[in-house]
Amino acid sequence: MSDIFPKWTNKLPTRVIAGALIAGTTVFAGITYYATPKYTRVGYQPVQPVAFSHAIHVDQVGLDCRYCHNGVEKSWYSNIPAASTCMNCHNQILANDPKLALVRESYNTGKAIPWVQIHKTPDYVYFNHSVHVNRGVSCFSCHGEINKMDEVRHAQPLSMGFCLDCHRNPEKNIRPPEQVFNLNWHTNEAAQLQLGEKFVHDWKVNSSQNCSACHR
Amino acid sequence: MRYFLPIWILIVAVSIGVLGFRESVLRKPPIEVFPDMDRQMKFRPQVPNEFFRDNRASRLPASGTVARSEPRRNVAGGAVVYSYEDHPVNSGKMTGTTNWVELNPTVIDAQSMARGRQRFEINCLPCHGPLGDGNGVTKKLGMAVVATLHDPRIVKMSDGELFHVISNGRNLMGPYASQLAVEDRWAVISYLRALQFSRLGSLEDVPAQFRASLNK
Ligand code: HEC
Ligand code: HEC
Ligand code: HEC
Ligand code: HEC
Ligand code: HEC
Ligand code: HEC
Repeated sequence: MSDIFPKWTNKLPTRVIAGALIAGTTVFAGITYYATPKYTRVGYQPVQPVAFSHAIHVDQVGLDCRYCHNGVEKSWYSNIPAASTCMNCHNQILANDPKLALVRESYNTGKAIPWVQIHKTPDYVYFNHSVHVNRGVSCFSCHGEINKMDEVRHAQPLSMGFCLDCHRNPEKNIRPPEQVFNLNWHTNEAAQLQLGEKFVHDWKVNSSQNCSACHR
Repeated sequence: MRYFLPIWILIVAVSIGVLGFRESVLRKPPIEVFPDMDRQMKFRPQVPNEFFRDNRASRLPASGTVARSEPRRNVAGGAVVYSYEDHPVNSGKMTGTTNWVELNPTVIDAQSMARGRQRFEINCLPCHGPLGDGNGVTKKLGMAVVATLHDPRIVKMSDGELFHVISNGRNLMGPYASQLAVEDRWAVISYLRALQFSRLGSLEDVPAQFRASLNK
């Protein structure tokens, strides 16, 4: 009878189970690691048509974000500046530099510069910049150290979990209104909590977790 | 098991090799894992749209369009002025004439001064410098011509003409109408006048109890 099931088959069930377990855990680990915006989005850094550098313009020249993104306090949408904004300076600075050829063309003809959009929430999410910026949430919390980037890269996942992490505990991220646009401003954790709790209380901050705040 | 384990380890190693780690630079647009309703049949601001000749989904208002909506805030004397009216607040000119209005037609108080200072520091400081003397950072970085705002000619300029310069630009200076709301332009002018005054004042203008602290 032993010929039908040779001896090695005795170990077969355990091996199959062990193999399935190993395969299952690695696949599961792979999916949790890779199939999330922390992997798919963070680090996205497309090549832009003009080699515009936030590090030069913000850190070196010292421009405020609102010089260019001037709608960010008033509107849900943070605009990309028009070529005329660049030409305020670049009509004199690097006025004939080939790096700025597209900007000059756009300024003269009205043709849009094809900037590649980096941060892009799904269309069923109704995000709003002005509510955040006017309530002491800095660009830093959602976009990272833009002022140090030569090319903008997607620094935070901007997933629903990311939004809710802050909406549940806004005090960890609320700073004095005059420091919202200063991405170099940092305090230690204890001081931040103390400040944040004060602001949350004084301004009656209500960062809603209702689905309808972000989805309509 | 002898075959399975090495093969599996190879598969995992190759996948990690191909997929990389979180936060690494990605040049291609992120994959949308479940793209259910992520992109809908609607246009967001500043996206391209082939339907229009200039390729922009966001339409610019037809030239000469004036917003009606709300009356202007902060007009001196509490007058109700809409943005389409021929009024010094809107044009910097006396009603019905082409003469510049001499004095700022908006209310000047601590609040509008603070606003003016903030807007000046965002929009004017990069070129004209914090003191308005034309020594902003851009001067060191290649901008040859920048006016000092303490020039007697500019000090004598009427407020209406300053409004015109900010709104429409002059010579090498670009227009700021799209960056600065009308109320903000007047606030900037109030602050600019304060800056100019700070260089023209004499000791007699300082209240008596503070004079000693200046005598150094
Ligand atoms: C001189 C003008 C200028 C200033 C000042 C400026 N930006 Fe930008 N910003 C741009 C332009 C142009 C782009 C589009 C090109 C790009 O993505 O690099 C951009 C892109 C961005 C993006 C990515 C947009 C996307 O496609 O998702 C973010 C985020 C951003 N800026 C944040 C900031 C912050 C924060 C500051 C202030 C610290 C700032 N910017 C200051 C001009 C400016
Ligand atoms: C406040 C003035 C100012 C504005 C506004 C401005 N820039 Fe610049 N830009 C500068 C200065 C200063 C430099 C550095 C020049 C140098 O390195 O000699 C510079 C450098 C550059 C360079 C060359 C970078 C390099 O690698 O050398 C590019 C490209 C550029 N700017 C694009 C833009 C674009 C696009 C905009 C509009 C969104 C813009 N700039 C708006 C002042 C400005
Ligand atoms: C609470 C998080 C948050 C804060 C704070 C924030 N942003 Fe954003 N930002 C986003 C999200 C989410 C998007 C993507 C919006 C979309 O899908 O249109 C975005 C998009 C942008 C864009 C690209 C818009 C486009 O469609 O091309 C710019 C530019 C930008 N932000 C600038 C800023 C600046 C400047 C600040 C600070 C003054 C700031 N953001 C603060 C979350 C934030
Ligand atoms: C760093 C903290 C922080 C992050 C991250 C953040 N938020 Fe908020 N959000 C706030 C705070 C604080 C408020 C409340 C503002 C107030 O009280 O007026 C708010 C308010 C809002 C509102 C207005 C709610 C209402 O009641 O009208 C919307 C919509 C919103 N957030 C969407 C988002 C989305 C979408 C994201 C993720 C892309 C996000 N937020 C990420 C802090 C944050
Ligand atoms: C603070 C803002 C916010 C709130 C509140 C919120 N969401 Fe979301 N939600 C988001 C964002 C941002 C995304 C997009 C996530 C992404 O693209 O990674 C999202 C995505 C989703 C998705 C699609 C997930 C997918 O990958 O297909 C569903 C379903 C959803 N939300 C349901 C809800 C429900 C139910 C609630 C209420 C309990 C809720 N959301 C509350 C911000 C919010
Ligand atoms: C990008 C650099 C830049 C910025 C920012 C800027 N200016 Fe100027 N401004 C100039 C230059 C350059 C001139 C000299 C123009 C000329 O004579 O060709 C000038 C000239 C002027 C003049 C004198 C005009 C005349 O009749 O000679 C005034 C007034 C003035 N600026 C006010 C302002 C105010 C107010 C702001 C802020 C809203 C501002 N500027 C922002 C570059 C700038």
